[in-house]
Amino acid sequence: MTGYLLRRLGYALPIMLGVSFLCFMLVHLSPGDPLVSILPADASAELQRQMMQLYGFDRPLLEQFLRWLWRALHGDLGTSIATSRPVTGEVFRAVGNTLMIAVLASLIGFSLGSLFGFVAGYFRNSWADRLASFVSVIGVSLPNYWLGMVLVIVFSAQLMWLPATGAGPGGSSDWAWDWAHVQYLILPALTMSFIPMGIVARTVRALVADTLSQEFVVGLRARGLGELGVLRHVVKNCAPTALAVVGLQLGYLLGGSILIETVFSWPGTGFLLNQAIFQRDLPLLQGSILILALFFVLLNLLVDVLQTVLDPRIERG
Amino acid sequence: MTAMHPETISVERAPVQRSRGHAANVLRRLLRNPVAMIAATVILLLILMAVFAPWLMPQDPFATSMLKRLKPIGTEGLPLGSDELGRDLLSRLILGARLSLFMGIAPVIIAFVIGSAIGIFAGYVGGWANSLIMRCIDVLYAFPSVLLAIALSGALGAGIVNALVSLTVVFIPQIARIAESVTTGVRRSDYVDAARASGASALLIVRRHVLGNVIGPIFVYATGLISVSMILASGLSFLGLGVKPPEPEWGLMLNTLRTAIYTQPWVAALPGVMIFITSVSFNMLADGLRSAMEVKQ
Repeated sequence: MTGYLLRRLGYALPIMLGVSFLCFMLVHLSPGDPLVSILPADASAELQRQMMQLYGFDRPLLEQFLRWLWRALHGDLGTSIATSRPVTGEVFRAVGNTLMIAVLASLIGFSLGSLFGFVAGYFRNSWADRLASFVSVIGVSLPNYWLGMVLVIVFSAQLMWLPATGAGPGGSSDWAWDWAHVQYLILPALTMSFIPMGIVARTVRALVADTLSQEFVVGLRARGLGELGVLRHVVKNCAPTALAVVGLQLGYLLGGSILIETVFSWPGTGFLLNQAIFQRDLPLLQGSILILALFFVLLNLLVDVLQTVLDPRIERG
Repeated sequence: MTAMHPETISVERAPVQRSRGHAANVLRRLLRNPVAMIAATVILLLILMAVFAPWLMPQDPFATSMLKRLKPIGTEGLPLGSDELGRDLLSRLILGARLSLFMGIAPVIIAFVIGSAIGIFAGYVGGWANSLIMRCIDVLYAFPSVLLAIALSGALGAGIVNALVSLTVVFIPQIARIAESVTTGVRRSDYVDAARASGASALLIVRRHVLGNVIGPIFVYATGLISVSMILASGLSFLGLGVKPPEPEWGLMLNTLRTAIYTQPWVAALPGVMIFITSVSFNMLADGLRSAMEVKQ
């Protein structure tokens, strides 16, 4: 076990280094001088040279990267050009907001997806199976930004049941867990839950069908175990993989929330990214991408390790 | 056919015949799958619509009119209503198929070529070169697709070419990984050893033995990727990172019509219907293709 953990960590560390390098390079990918966005258009050559030195753009690329990495490791991701506030704080505040809808969406997606997938896998090739498979294909094919718009049209514009955009009646600063605020969560989380729902349903269907076809199920039935008892065994066998799938989906939701957050003006990481891109706030762009991507790598690691702990049958080579 | 005339097959030609038979079998199974056939028909119709757009459009999709702004579906002369600048929505949806389909399909095709090449090279060469290439691929793979696409387009700036480049970079690692794992498996097989022992060059082995094994799985995967690519490409335009106005593209149209969801909600939702129909069709075709290929392993 310890050996496996160390090997898995030894694999994740170079990946994290590579991810950091890619994020660092984002600034150099963008057209024009990285200083253009900071300096006024009529800046003198002298000022330009000074700023180059200040930001270290005149040094070799590798040295720049190592300095940037060193500061990042100490929690310093630079200052946002637009707001002049430290990037780290901005990103973590936004991550908290995104986590709220992403976790809720994962819960909805997991419960509904497992239900559909279980029914489909248990009653294989029945009408229920076909319906559940159809729902899961729809789930993964829906452009979620459009789904969000349609939900707003139905539930906000037409029925006027739920608010359309924002994170609470007083903006985003005063979040509280009461109905006045929670109702703002419902539509974004529901929109976000469709993709994990489709993917969980697909996985669970295959898992359940596969487990039911194994010999030990025949054995259980032969020993006179009731159908409910058999189901308990099936659930126990499928749960670790289903949980792993939904764990990874949480990572995808966090990284991919930009479209949904734009539709609902939700003040999370997606909204921050949108701001960073359109105000050409490169440190903010770099910082948010780095944190989201590292979060995804760590989540992958955690899911892998947890799966090994939960399901001792899994042998890692 | 081969069963009816077994005496006509010469020994040398046998493998060629067999591979053609496999493709024919897959096609036959696919033709018998009603869902996949409906999906394929829809895709064909969409492609025809894109190709013949100039002849199909009832009106000029760029002609604006302040008087005809945001008309509802079914208005005379505007069967699907009009957008926020009074342009005929039906015409814009028809012409929009061109850019939307192009932006969805082109990155997958480019990534298909580059990704397979990288994967086959890494898998065939093996050793430290393989490790080096695949670790670099793993770094790109470590990003969630949407995040990587937006990070790259965000850094490169808006525009069709930049969006294409970003999406291609997103898909290359996924395809390269499949190509690499299949190639590694084939390289270790006995028949490749035999081919090498009989003096076949690396290029010949790759062409004869590796390509045939790799293309199938990647092709199925790529068909499914088109659905993802459609949603992502339109998503980039929806954010303002892809196609620029006034060009009609479904994602961009959805973005500019977003302000109209209180006045003309169903007109505003229409471009999304097109994206959805396209992506669900590609997904269902990919599912059909997958099950048609899986029967015979």
